[in-house]
Amino acid sequence: MSASGEAAVRQAEDAERPRLGRLEPAAIGAVVSREVANFRTYWKGTTFSSVLEPIVYLLAFGLGFSATLVDEVNGTPYVEFVGTGMVATAVIFSSALPAMFGTFVKHRFQNTYDALLAAPIDVEELVSAEMLWIGARASVYGCFPLLVTMLFGLDPAPGMLLVPLFCFVTSLGFAGFGIAMAAIVAKIDQFNYVTALFVTPLFLVSGAFFPISGLPEGVQVVAQLNPLHQLVELVRGGAFGFDGVDLIRFAGLLAFALVMWRIAINRMQARLID
Amino acid sequence: MAAIELRGVVKRFGPITAVDGLDLDVPEGICLGLLGPNGAGKSTTMRLLTGQALPDAGELRALGHELPADSKAARAEMGVVPQLDNLDVDVTVEDNLAVFARLYRVPDVGAAVDKALDLARLRDRRRDAVDELSGGMRRRLLLARGLVHEPKLVLLDEPTVGLDPQIRTQLWTLIDDLRSRGTTILMSTHYIEEAERLADEVAVMAAGRIISRGRPAELIAEHAGRETAEVYAPPERLAEVRLGAEAIGLRVRPAGPAIAIVGSERADGGGIPEDAVRRAASLEDVFVLLTGEEAE
Repeated sequence: MSASGEAAVRQAEDAERPRLGRLEPAAIGAVVSREVANFRTYWKGTTFSSVLEPIVYLLAFGLGFSATLVDEVNGTPYVEFVGTGMVATAVIFSSALPAMFGTFVKHRFQNTYDALLAAPIDVEELVSAEMLWIGARASVYGCFPLLVTMLFGLDPAPGMLLVPLFCFVTSLGFAGFGIAMAAIVAKIDQFNYVTALFVTPLFLVSGAFFPISGLPEGVQVVAQLNPLHQLVELVRGGAFGFDGVDLIRFAGLLAFALVMWRIAINRMQARLID
Repeated sequence: MAAIELRGVVKRFGPITAVDGLDLDVPEGICLGLLGPNGAGKSTTMRLLTGQALPDAGELRALGHELPADSKAARAEMGVVPQLDNLDVDVTVEDNLAVFARLYRVPDVGAAVDKALDLARLRDRRRDAVDELSGGMRRRLLLARGLVHEPKLVLLDEPTVGLDPQIRTQLWTLIDDLRSRGTTILMSTHYIEEAERLADEVAVMAAGRIISRGRPAELIAEHAGRETAEVYAPPERLAEVRLGAEAIGLRVRPAGPAIAIVGSERADGGGIPEDAVRRAASLEDVFVLLTGEEAE
């Protein structure tokens, strides 16, 4: 066949083929199904620690402090103040950390992403699927402290029904952060820097254990940029009553998730594609 | 139409040029063995074909799709069997297959998994975790995973590297079946026996380019002649024999404790010791002569 004939045949074939688009639900669903299959093998341990941890914290901080140092914060019993704040710690520990370690292990040790990317899926879909799965899981685990706090006297409120949504959006952002960090670090022990420099400070100045109004003014301003602080405020809004600024807080969390999603895709693209 | 067409493909990693102006056509329906030593650029070529590496120069097409722009569509029609075992070890055999059936958008996932289980002869182990399988079973599963969507083109990257001979033979049988069904296969390997046993054509790759290509018999005839004489002797005598053979224009290569004088039928009585062991020239002779590397 002549060169022009071959080109015509190719053009005709190309026109007949269905184009695979961006962010295809089938590709994202397949990656999530892989995560679910793996999760079925380890869910008991993860769930056990996610339930036990808030109980331990509530006993240590909530009951311990309220019996000796703090009775209540701004009219809220301290155990309920801490219990609602613990949602944020549950979210960061079940999103940022699994994203960092899970991504690193799957990429460097298990070569999972090499296998997946040989199939018709791109990095954008892969990262999106990982974030969605982590977000969904963390939104469930994030509710455990709230449920546990109810056992310690927190009254249910309709606004609490929005807590899974708040947790989901925040964990998307932290999952993106963790994935990006996994793509950036050279060795797994470098996560110690990430934890010490970002995760721990974010969680300490989130307002989970003490109100940030007691901190120096400069720190209070910086704390407003902390997504965990916004989550804590939204959860307390859900439990004790929302106010107008909560809409802005939620918009901020959406923006955080969106920015982290793009950064994670960008970093993973650089890491996975030579 | 060729299943794979590469023209002047270059891929660099910093100062290292892994693929250096590679031209390669793989016609539909054949098994092409990409034979080369470690570092020849075989795995990089495979990654270029799956869009996991981006070329610095050149043109690539797979199954008519331009790469890397349309690599996702190309990957939907190709199957990849990697060099390294990257199965999910805690997950069951059937779940490993089902995930990939979904990734490839197979309409009936259950039927595709059953078929792949039959291919891998793992139907009775379908609910076992991969961790519980033997090395051979895992390799068969890896192969079945790459074929779960019945691809038109299969990339096998060193499919039997590091396996014992028994498992290797099992896999060769599976690959043979695949070939006999008309699937196009590009198989990288550095095992001569594997290339000879499975490939319709062999392309010898070194330093990022194809240095020779043809059917195994043609390559042998072109580069190694009909016969090779192997001489076993102490090192001093081997050195003498080598000099004598090279003096009459024959090519000599090391062969473990011996030397192999390639094309010994052209010696015309001189240059070959009487105690030399004469055998038919092989693809291994070609490989060593062309690449300067010891064969495995």
